[in-house]
Amino acid sequence: MEANTRSTGRLPAAFLTPGSSSFMDFLSHHQPQLLPGNRQLPPTQGVIEAPHGTTIVATTFPGGVVLAGDRRATMGNVIAQRDIEKVFPADEYSAVGIAGTAGLAVEMVKLFQLELEHFEKVEGAQLSLEGKANRLSTMIRSNLGMAMQGLAVVPLFAGYDVDRDRGRIFSYDVTGGRSEEHGFAATGSGSIFARGAMKKLFREDLTEEQATTLVVQALYDAADDDSATGGPDVARRIYPIVTVINEDGFRRLTEDEAAGVARSVLERRLEQPDGPRAALL
Amino acid sequence: MSTPFYVSPQQAMADRAEYARKGIARGRSLVVMQYADGIVFVGENPSRALHKFSEIYDRIGFAAAGKYNEYENLRIGGVRYADLRGYTYDRDDVTARGLANVYAQTLGTIFSSAAEKPYEVELVVAEVGVTPDGDQIYRLPHDGSIVDEHGSVAVGGNAEQISGFLDQRHRDGMSLAEALKLAVQALSRDTNGSEREIPAERLEVAVLDRTRPQKRKFKRIVGRQLSRLLAADGAVTAAEAEDEEGEGSEDKE
Repeated sequence: MEANTRSTGRLPAAFLTPGSSSFMDFLSHHQPQLLPGNRQLPPTQGVIEAPHGTTIVATTFPGGVVLAGDRRATMGNVIAQRDIEKVFPADEYSAVGIAGTAGLAVEMVKLFQLELEHFEKVEGAQLSLEGKANRLSTMIRSNLGMAMQGLAVVPLFAGYDVDRDRGRIFSYDVTGGRSEEHGFAATGSGSIFARGAMKKLFREDLTEEQATTLVVQALYDAADDDSATGGPDVARRIYPIVTVINEDGFRRLTEDEAAGVARSVLERRLEQPDGPRAALL
Repeated sequence: MSTPFYVSPQQAMADRAEYARKGIARGRSLVVMQYADGIVFVGENPSRALHKFSEIYDRIGFAAAGKYNEYENLRIGGVRYADLRGYTYDRDDVTARGLANVYAQTLGTIFSSAAEKPYEVELVVAEVGVTPDGDQIYRLPHDGSIVDEHGSVAVGGNAEQISGFLDQRHRDGMSLAEALKLAVQALSRDTNGSEREIPAERLEVAVLDRTRPQKRKFKRIVGRQLSRLLAADGAVTAAEAEDEEGEGSEDKE
């Protein structure tokens, strides 16, 4: 077909045709086979074995939002990877963390990042946070066919809303259903335990530092009770990925910072294995 | 039906070239120049929204003189080309050289096709390297030729005169403030040699700054940061300016 990106020839007509500012729309007209949702699926029996990512947590604090994830990928009862990254910057003011089939999730994030960047370059302005969240919905919906075969991708999207001056969190289901979460949210197999922990620890007036500690506490509790979620691996120096988004934009805690938070949580757990206690009324 | 007059190919091409050149000359000139930390784009542009300079990809910037709708079309084509290429292969496989070739082929085909009106545009595609040696600047005139430039380049109606002025004064390793002031000085000279004042509000300035921590190196310089750079006499780098500014420096409207 004429869509040969390696050719040094003239830009194909599709490139110079005025159209939408969406990279996905452009692809769907120009090279539809490159879109993950347009892939032809062979009929399969049972569940396909592929590495799965597990727990992602997020919490808001006045002035921003924190998004974090553990580092384990599992395939059945096997640990497929110990240092997988499941939290990615989506653009300057938002990030996405993904639980579910790792291969598809990473591909989806790559396309999502490109979609936001493409819009920004073409239009000269950023999408609103709602617009970004809706775009992610569309992408999950296009993966529904694969989700039905057990290859689901369930992201958590967090960002700083520049227009409203606050952090916001959006969670999704496999059908692309989107809901805004208030305060905190979690997704993935360990999310029930993480959510329980956050429910007891969350307050409206957390500082940024407290919020990063809170998510690490929640991940610890998820790893404690869910075999698919990995806790901080002190021996191998693999710590959770913790990211902060505020009015200055996206920032990922450095290796040392993340290690510091994780070690302080671990130390407290040596004295009190079940973690901090919330007051009983 | 009457027989059309015979026009020699030389004459036809000369006519088309003259048509395109006249169109380009109606627009204002712009300057693209290397400085110590990257590449700076400077042009006179009263509009805040319709840009002459923009980001194509991580390290690649685009500048154009001439007819807005035509170069905007090429710009979006370039963004699509770069994004598709980066998506198919890898971000590192998107290069200014590749993009310049595609633009050259596109402009060249349009210029020599009798069915199409030649584009009244002149483009610059620039890529900032990890070191100044890695910087690349390509100038693409309306006919699809491609010129590999070093140091500084000007395009637009008054380009030759501005280039001459810059060639004598530009040197390697200038600070951003020095480069910016030289560019403005070059742009303010009229054809008859007299100088006029270009106020900061009428300037469009952008940089590809290799010291930026993000992978996307393109940044617009606006507002207070621009005024400060124009007023500065010492060496101010884009990174320092960004630290001082702390806001409004991102490319967002």
